[in-house]
Amino acid sequence: MYRAPVEDIAFTLKHVAGMKSALDAGRFGDLGEDLVDAVLGEAGRFATEEVAPLYKIGDEQGAVLKDAAVTMPPGWKELYRRWIDGGWNALSGPEDHGGQALPTMLGVAALEMWNSAAMAFGIGPTLTMGAVEALDKHASEALKATYLAKLVSGEWMGTMNLTEPQAGSDLAALRSRAEPAGDGTYRIFGQKIFITYGEHDFTDNIIHLVLARLPDAPAGTRGISLFLVPKFFVNDDGSLGARNDVFCSGLEHKLGIHASPTCTMIYGDGFQGARPGAVGWLIGEENKGLACMFTMMNNARLAVGMQGVAVAEAATQKAIAYANERRQGKAADYAGAGMAPIVHHPDVQRNLLTMKALTQTARAISYSCAHAIDMARVSDGDQASHWRDRANLLTPLAKAFSTDVGVEVASLGVQVHGGMGFIEETGAAAFYRDARIAPIYEGTNGIQAIDLVTRKLPLGGGEHVHGFIGELAAVANAVRTSNLQGFGRTADALDAALGDLTQATRFLQKLSADGRSDEALAGATPYLRLISLAAGGAYLARGALADQDRIALCRFFAENLLGEAHALKERVIDGAESLAAAGKALISA
Amino acid sequence: MHIVVCIKQVPDSAQIRVHPVTNTIMRQGVPTIINPYDLFALEEALKLRDVHGGEVTVLTMGPPMAEDSLRKALGYGADRAVLLTDRYFAGSDTLATSFALSQAIAKIGETFGRPDIVFTGKQTIDGDTAQVGPGIAKRLDLSQLTYVAKIASIDLDTREIEVARRAEGGTQLLKSRLPCLITMLEDTNEIRRGSLQQALCAARSQVVKWTAADAGIDDLTRCGLRGSPTVVKRVFAPTARAERAAQIDTAERGLQDIADELIADILTRRPALEHELAFNSGT
Repeated sequence: MYRAPVEDIAFTLKHVAGMKSALDAGRFGDLGEDLVDAVLGEAGRFATEEVAPLYKIGDEQGAVLKDAAVTMPPGWKELYRRWIDGGWNALSGPEDHGGQALPTMLGVAALEMWNSAAMAFGIGPTLTMGAVEALDKHASEALKATYLAKLVSGEWMGTMNLTEPQAGSDLAALRSRAEPAGDGTYRIFGQKIFITYGEHDFTDNIIHLVLARLPDAPAGTRGISLFLVPKFFVNDDGSLGARNDVFCSGLEHKLGIHASPTCTMIYGDGFQGARPGAVGWLIGEENKGLACMFTMMNNARLAVGMQGVAVAEAATQKAIAYANERRQGKAADYAGAGMAPIVHHPDVQRNLLTMKALTQTARAISYSCAHAIDMARVSDGDQASHWRDRANLLTPLAKAFSTDVGVEVASLGVQVHGGMGFIEETGAAAFYRDARIAPIYEGTNGIQAIDLVTRKLPLGGGEHVHGFIGELAAVANAVRTSNLQGFGRTADALDAALGDLTQATRFLQKLSADGRSDEALAGATPYLRLISLAAGGAYLARGALADQDRIALCRFFAENLLGEAHALKERVIDGAESLAAAGKALISA
Repeated sequence: MHIVVCIKQVPDSAQIRVHPVTNTIMRQGVPTIINPYDLFALEEALKLRDVHGGEVTVLTMGPPMAEDSLRKALGYGADRAVLLTDRYFAGSDTLATSFALSQAIAKIGETFGRPDIVFTGKQTIDGDTAQVGPGIAKRLDLSQLTYVAKIASIDLDTREIEVARRAEGGTQLLKSRLPCLITMLEDTNEIRRGSLQQALCAARSQVVKWTAADAGIDDLTRCGLRGSPTVVKRVFAPTARAERAAQIDTAERGLQDIADELIADILTRRPALEHELAFNSGT
């Protein structure tokens, strides 16, 4: 079963993603390495000892809907209670509402552990934190006073209600409506689908953040407002009052994360109260709802990226354990009696090392993104905007690359288990099923690639990304001048990949400048993987320079996996024309 | 209510090995932990505090690195930590240790309030003597309650305490008075998991560090190597016995028959015995 890799996580935070130099420079107040280690250690214990043992029952029994009420799997409600009693929900919450306001880096590290132990558990509180962020930044003082402290502690949970049947990736199409009630509140009507943790028995109250249109709102995304709709009204003394007119009408049957209730929510169907309509309060300004939503979506994208890292880590641990136990055939490097444990076969080793290396690159990229978010918060002026640009650049990488890695690694995990991997009993298949949602939700990975090419490559007049590549090249150079034997051809491989990356980047930037955005978008997905592999290789090298025990994996990545960069560059540069031609001829209806 | 819990930082014996030639303990690279028996004492103290209010102070004597163990204890929810550290304490046996700790506890009493209960674990996993707790009780004139399996009740008004003490062949129910010293048995509870707040608090709070002088110890001849009459003459690894005892099911046959059979078996293997037995019994 999963054991939180606390040392690996701490090492990556400190020596790869940049936390150590920030701590040493006193950038995070009284936060020091001791404190970081203490928090990671306790979170690791909780994830390993409390959450992980309930993974299987959650996957097998799932959340159950009956009479508009959702019952969570056996033991999960108590688990959530222990988790909030441990203070874990409040880790990154704002201080003036009872949160610990710890850096995003620690938040994502803990998030990785919850999600490795049980992704269906980890996803719930992520939405609460999103709601906390949106309320903290945009809500009125009255709403904050009523809701924030309880959302920060986790006594209540929050949800994000965006999707409707006709409005998935394109929110401009959404139709839920909000009518002013004349008393400062609104009446919300409509149907929302795919609402994660829309209904459950973890908490007494659930606070829904809902996107809807006002009667006179302009069409498209400029006519969307954000509302707070509580499941139960809150009395002046903080106690719970009447039920609001919002109900769960269905649960989806999903490929994975069975314990996470994915709800259809009906607002204002007249189930409750004399006057139909779910009572809601406006958050931020009218018609500015999407902007409010986006403040939390960036962090939510990073959080989903952590799910990719998390599942990859859990799948890798399971596969390594199995490969050490399972015996088949003979192997040259195995001198023991009987059949060799399959871990001695070169092909199995290649699978396992690929899993390990991809997991670590995804972790390094995601933590570096978190580091940039933290640095932007504690910096001023040019420094702040530099770090904001960096966080913006790395967010689509953290989301899309990490979740692709989640699927890829979980699939390799099934492969290492052989026939048993296809049987549910081992749990390898469950990781694969869970991992599959992460490239889809919170902006599909295709959309992440579009975001990278159209919005992130132009940052800083198109120069920010080249500054980033320059930093990666400096790492390659440090590897070359280190003269450490174990690195093999790592420096050459990194240089080659970074050269390909620079070429592909300039090519896409030129296409965009020439207004040929369709051609640029055709290469967006291979480009996202290209920049992620190159960055990941450099991050592994940075870690290996800090700890020589890590050189072997870094070299394996550089010499076995990084070669893909060249092929990706060719797809970016030469792929568009054939794609357009074939698309027109073969698949467009 | 003020409770002092004495803990010790020990090498994790599960990961320790004995040098095959010199028979000395190989400590290098072995991680340190809080003596596992002390965790039962700490949890019991924390539970009492949660019910009756008050504070828990953890105390350890050791090298500066023993601060790690104290921080862990703070992470579990202890309110204060005191580290007794001084080169004069090096090489202490149980006599010198209980002297130094009792002096420190007296000082803790003066500084932070007189303790109602002093807890120790049953024994440590590195020394296995179980002498330090009783030594502290004797010096501080505390009621001594050893091998306690359960604290049945505490009345802070009458200052009476009732405990269950595991003894050979049964359990003793004892009534005593506060202040007292309790050595807690293993498996009586399970140490709680620290919350995020406690982890933060533990990392942020100061550990009180006292030298011998700070703790009010004047007589340094009673500390460390000088105050320790115990001498280790020889360390050796016991050789394992080759044979294992046999288990005989007595359900089906009479005991007398089994005994007769066994004696007959022994006498067939060692015929000389029969002669000796006959000689000794005088027949």
